[in-house]
Amino acid sequence: MSKQGVVPDSFSQPFWDAASEQRLVIQNCRACDRLQHPPAEACSQCGAGDSLEWKPVSGRGTIYNYGVVHDCPVRLLQEDQPFNLAVIMLDDDPGIQMYSHLPGTPVDDVPVGAAVEVIFEPTANGQLVPEWRVIGD
Amino acid sequence: MTTPTAPDAMYRNDEGLGIWEHRGKVAAVGVGHAPTARRWDGRAETCVGALSIQALRRAVDDAGVAPDQIDGLVVVPSTTTGSFWEEGKPLPLDVIRSFRQTQDPLDGIAKLSAEWLLQNMPELTNVRFTMYGPGCMSNALNVAAQAVGDGLTHTCLVVKSWHNFEGRYYQGGDNAGETLPGTAAITRLWGGPASYGTALQFAEYCRKYGKSHEMMAPFMENSRRNGLLFPEGYWAQHRPEELGPEDYLASRWIAKPANLFDNDIPIMMSGAYLFTTAERAKDMRQKPVYILNHASSNTRPRSLVPTLDEVEADTARSARKIYEGAGITADDLSFENMYDGFSLFHQFHLEGLGYRGIRFGEALDFYQTDISIEGPNPVSPSGGNVGGGRSRVWMHTDCIQQLQGRAGARQVTGVRPEVAVSGGPMPLAGNFTVWSASPD
Ligand SMILES: [Zn+2]
Repeated sequence: MSKQGVVPDSFSQPFWDAASEQRLVIQNCRACDRLQHPPAEACSQCGAGDSLEWKPVSGRGTIYNYGVVHDCPVRLLQEDQPFNLAVIMLDDDPGIQMYSHLPGTPVDDVPVGAAVEVIFEPTANGQLVPEWRVIGD
Repeated sequence: MTTPTAPDAMYRNDEGLGIWEHRGKVAAVGVGHAPTARRWDGRAETCVGALSIQALRRAVDDAGVAPDQIDGLVVVPSTTTGSFWEEGKPLPLDVIRSFRQTQDPLDGIAKLSAEWLLQNMPELTNVRFTMYGPGCMSNALNVAAQAVGDGLTHTCLVVKSWHNFEGRYYQGGDNAGETLPGTAAITRLWGGPASYGTALQFAEYCRKYGKSHEMMAPFMENSRRNGLLFPEGYWAQHRPEELGPEDYLASRWIAKPANLFDNDIPIMMSGAYLFTTAERAKDMRQKPVYILNHASSNTRPRSLVPTLDEVEADTARSARKIYEGAGITADDLSFENMYDGFSLFHQFHLEGLGYRGIRFGEALDFYQTDISIEGPNPVSPSGGNVGGGRSRVWMHTDCIQQLQGRAGARQVTGVRPEVAVSGGPMPLAGNFTVWSASPD
């Protein structure tokens, strides 16, 4: 699927730089030893902004849940409708979710609970983005 | 006059606050609605500001109050249904010039300020208190109730309005572009529609409890039926069509398992209420409806989409706050008007409340029983957004009208209308009001 291109901004630059090197990093509060996603300017637990870092994670997870998008508000994705839109729980912390189109998984035939691994896919402007693939496919 | 946004302290967010200090001392005495429309037709008389003026004037008339008695105004400043005035699109100067303007030329067209309303409602000569309750009518009601209770205003109007322009909603702006800024891209590259999160929660709910989307059909049919008995609503005014199981289940998917009808239809509308003290309400035209409590939740999910566990924990927590401050239990509810836009989360609110004793996972079975306005267990007698279009207002209007005994053809007959609850929007976070026919 062709996702919109990405223009990294200063806040998100480390996330996208890591993706370009095919590494997945997630924001982490050193004070709380707690991951958070989506990333924010401050830790949602302790409120600190200066204890946040981008932490490498394993790139392993499971499919927590999914829906099938038939009417997408994003124009570039409309030609691929209907498509899977799953939520992945990270093995590093199952409270942390990431979206996935589950490349390779048939539409509406999604193995909820299955193990997945991160892959990196180019978007419309070439920026690599983390995606997820069912392990064993 | 500059209008402040309501401080957090005005909302009752915490458990353990005890009975609301103004329980039964604030009353709703007037209701006003402007006619609905699917989209703005570009005329001055139908812009969102004009609709708001109309709704406010009707609320004042309904209460039988002289405009110069009104000393407060609480406004929801955002009016968008997800549609925005496209950047670079010429301004509708003829419309703009039909009104007294504020600094923003789109005030009254794509947003609503208290200043715009006061400038264009010259009869409101004594408004000394203005405040924004951002979000939904549910927020604004909490703010107005607290403000009247605290004595910041004695006779206070509350208004929420919606504009809807041409074009498919949420499809403009960044969504139409070739790129996204990096921070937004981290969550938005995947293109989930607005109902996607609710669809996910519903999917998890069905898996966990062995339920199905088909089981929603009686709720949808009941809600549309009630909505068609709501003369102020969109479907009653423009498309008096019932929504039987075949039509509901045959409709196209938006984000499966959410279909077209599970997504409320965006409309132009305005709704307004007049609140005052219980003391002053006694000699007004309408029977007062007393506010026993207001409660809020500002819970945020841990990550992208609230999980079913997070939803259930928060609806239960909200219910405890609702009941605690009102000094009631679930047994005291004559009916419920919790939010339904999206339809697939109404059951979360019901289960959190423990309405009629239902527990987590039981609401869809409950939908297969008599949930009509004639029965002993009315569900969403307003018809909600499913029955009236996207306003997040019908639920409140219906509570007031039912408890006043003037809900017309929609009047509940299987229960005595004494105490009701309304509010939302989402099951995680929300603002709720407990209404009562009696102040005690
Ligand atoms: Zn922290």
